[in-house]
Amino acid sequence: MALPELHRFTLPNGLRVVFAPDPSAPVVGVSVHYDVGFRSEPEGRTGFAHLFEHLMFQGSESLEKLAHFRHVQSSGGTFNGSTHPDYTDYYQVLPSAALERALFLEADRMRAPKLTEENLRNQIDVVKEEIRLNVLNRPYGGFPWILLPPVLFRTFPNAHNGYGDFTDLENATVDDCAAFFDTYYAPGNAVLTVAGDFDVETAKGLVEKHFGDVPARPVPVRPSFAEAAPKGELRAEHTDQHAPMPAIALGYRIPDPVNDVTGYLTYLVLAGVLTDGDGSRLQQRLVHRDASVVDVGAGCGLFGPLEARDPDTFSITAIHSPEVTSAQVIASVDEELQRLADEGPTAQELAKVTARWVSTMHREHDRLTSRTLGLGSAELLFGRAELLYELPDKLAGITTDEVAAAAKALRPDSRAVLILNPANGGNE
Amino acid sequence: MSAPTKHRSAEEIGRTELGPRPFPELGEQRATADLDVVDTTLANGLRVIAVRRSSVPLVELRVRIPFGDPATSGTGSAHAARAEVLANTVLTGTATRSRVDVDTELALVGGELDAVVDPERLAFSGNALVSGLDTLLDVLRDALTGATYPDEEVERERARLVERIRLARSQPNVIAREALQRHLYGDHPYAKEMPEAEEVAAVTRGDVEALHAAAVLPRGSVLVVVGDLAPDAAVRAVEGALGGWTGEGTAVSLSPLPVVRGGDVVLVHRPGAVQSQIRLAGRGLERTDDRYPALQLANLVYGGFFSSRLVENIREDKGYTYSARSHPEFTPGGATLMVDADTASAVTAAALLETRYELARLGLVPPTESEVDTARRYAVGSLLTATSSQGGLASFLVNLAGLGLGVEWFTGHPDRLATVTVEQVAEVALEFFAPTAFTGVLVGDADLLAPQLRALGGVTLP
Repeated sequence: MALPELHRFTLPNGLRVVFAPDPSAPVVGVSVHYDVGFRSEPEGRTGFAHLFEHLMFQGSESLEKLAHFRHVQSSGGTFNGSTHPDYTDYYQVLPSAALERALFLEADRMRAPKLTEENLRNQIDVVKEEIRLNVLNRPYGGFPWILLPPVLFRTFPNAHNGYGDFTDLENATVDDCAAFFDTYYAPGNAVLTVAGDFDVETAKGLVEKHFGDVPARPVPVRPSFAEAAPKGELRAEHTDQHAPMPAIALGYRIPDPVNDVTGYLTYLVLAGVLTDGDGSRLQQRLVHRDASVVDVGAGCGLFGPLEARDPDTFSITAIHSPEVTSAQVIASVDEELQRLADEGPTAQELAKVTARWVSTMHREHDRLTSRTLGLGSAELLFGRAELLYELPDKLAGITTDEVAAAAKALRPDSRAVLILNPANGGNE
Repeated sequence: MSAPTKHRSAEEIGRTELGPRPFPELGEQRATADLDVVDTTLANGLRVIAVRRSSVPLVELRVRIPFGDPATSGTGSAHAARAEVLANTVLTGTATRSRVDVDTELALVGGELDAVVDPERLAFSGNALVSGLDTLLDVLRDALTGATYPDEEVERERARLVERIRLARSQPNVIAREALQRHLYGDHPYAKEMPEAEEVAAVTRGDVEALHAAAVLPRGSVLVVVGDLAPDAAVRAVEGALGGWTGEGTAVSLSPLPVVRGGDVVLVHRPGAVQSQIRLAGRGLERTDDRYPALQLANLVYGGFFSSRLVENIREDKGYTYSARSHPEFTPGGATLMVDADTASAVTAAALLETRYELARLGLVPPTESEVDTARRYAVGSLLTATSSQGGLASFLVNLAGLGLGVEWFTGHPDRLATVTVEQVAEVALEFFAPTAFTGVLVGDADLLAPQLRALGGVTLP
């Protein structure tokens, strides 16, 4: 894939800036990635990083409550924010005439957000509704992203629920918000990305104008979240009040994407060989031959690939018929992994995975929101926005032997097994 | 929470020496380049819309085949079940390709192709590297003209479909949607978005083959191709691949729906629910109606985007919900305005009260100049961003084509929005957003909700 022209510079206050100009459509994307996610929230404050993300939309020195939304939308744009294990992102995608407005909005809340008791209480209620919607009131809520980490990991940062429990959310104070902001939302702890239709020199002037006087603050030392891989098979069961059928999630550790990107990407290829398309190994075996599962998936990272630093998770999930046991489904998965480990995938299987990834990357690039966010997170996590465009070549370079070795490393004696049981035993 | 270092107070953080700063004006907007389009109908009756969009070396393909149930009632009709089995097996075998062959050939050109069905249409959606267009079209041709529906595939997909329907029906939004459609449209086939398990179990391979022969027809159907290629070359490629797709008659469109009339909201009991689904519906306007642009803006001001009265009230002021929105749904021969909110049981009745209050207020305290301008700029800008990718543009155009419209509607819409006056918005707000014009369903735990809803009124309890 052709590398688009990337420009980068750092402001005196430490803010890193990435520009990816592309005039093909008159729209522009602006994002800010802060180097703090839910792995950094302290015990007793589960869900705080996400709650704080909501607070960042509630006004700043130059913007009353609700003004952020109105300004973006009255400029014809869209916006959102999201909280991940290792970072929190905010973005606007707008007609290109509104570039300066988006920069102003991001700069104003980076400089002086309004953190008030009233807005905090209101957003605690909104976040609780979000959790009811996405977890508590639906089948398979939080499966597996909330349920699997406490089985696979032992330390609080890696194991806890990033949405938070209601008691912790309710205990949050305005002073917690002030401490969190001052600690983690320093300009030197963030990456600003601008992608799409803009002039580089003009945009550079606008970035300096709006972000230049955000005062520098100390950047926190990033702690290591490393912990040893599990010894043995760790198991847990969960009862789901709404699910009609049982499910399993297997969790394994994978190589550090920062120090060993090729090792990590080998698992991305393996995931494709296992579950991407009707011809993939586990679709063939579990869905079509055994007819034991309704759907099966595998992937790197519980939020998608290259979305977190080490330690990260490789997961295999399946919703299966109550007429087969979870042990039977897991045994079939293990057989297929063993077969891949012994015989390796065919060259054609790898060619399929690689070609689909090339196509997927082009498609992500074509959607300005995903392009802007992808460049920003690659710059923040890996220091290389270019990584996005190097992936197809890197994936194409992965060999059948490497994939076989990766399959072999997914050992039953070093993994997490989560069994999800319907509350009514799978009977209607 | 103890901070690692000494930190400023929230008040200190929220102000700077300079104080609030002026919000920047908009810069100059570069015009969108004119679309390079061919919109034509092939000899077999298939309409083809091809658009060049060269941002990435891909091609996006959409096919819409009207696939309505010719019966007047969905009750007891086998159409929905047969159509679901057809959609799930049409890409699983032909004279020359197995299911795995289809996947392999497409994957090697970076491609995908899926088929889905709903009460209105059978849709194929796919993409590939632009160099793989011929492969993508050939797989599509093979499925449209030579799907063999192998016995073992029909059998397996039938069983899987039963499981997937069961999974879907455990989702609160699906429970609410099915209840709403039945409430609005009774036994009209439009309301039957999912067949019953026993109907699916009864479908035979012969049923599916017969349905394919009778209903998978080019006349009345449309194919949209958007990508890094010249539109006339794309049309020639489509004609070369699909020119031999023929059939008697025209693909079946659904008959018009009964008009949505206002009335009570029906409470549907879901034991153990911790959150309720509020789903209201009223009559809307078709895209071709002269008053549609005004109604589009009125809807935005009500609940159609984040900066709307409904979201600002029940989310940002009261914290009753994470998600509240209103939107038009274009239906056979008309349109319906939908209002959706999911809210905790304890505040469900209060959220319904506020939702109705905002409906009334839209007519009685109509949108201001500033509200209308915000909505107008959002409507124009979000159309631009949503269609700035190949996939976004292809999906938008195939939906327009399904309403009988073409690219001119898309390119002309910003000008139509520009001429809408505040008075026109006020007029449609009063007529279409009156609380009495709405009906709907509410799904939640009736044991918790009944006392408050009874007091509120306008709700039929189970």
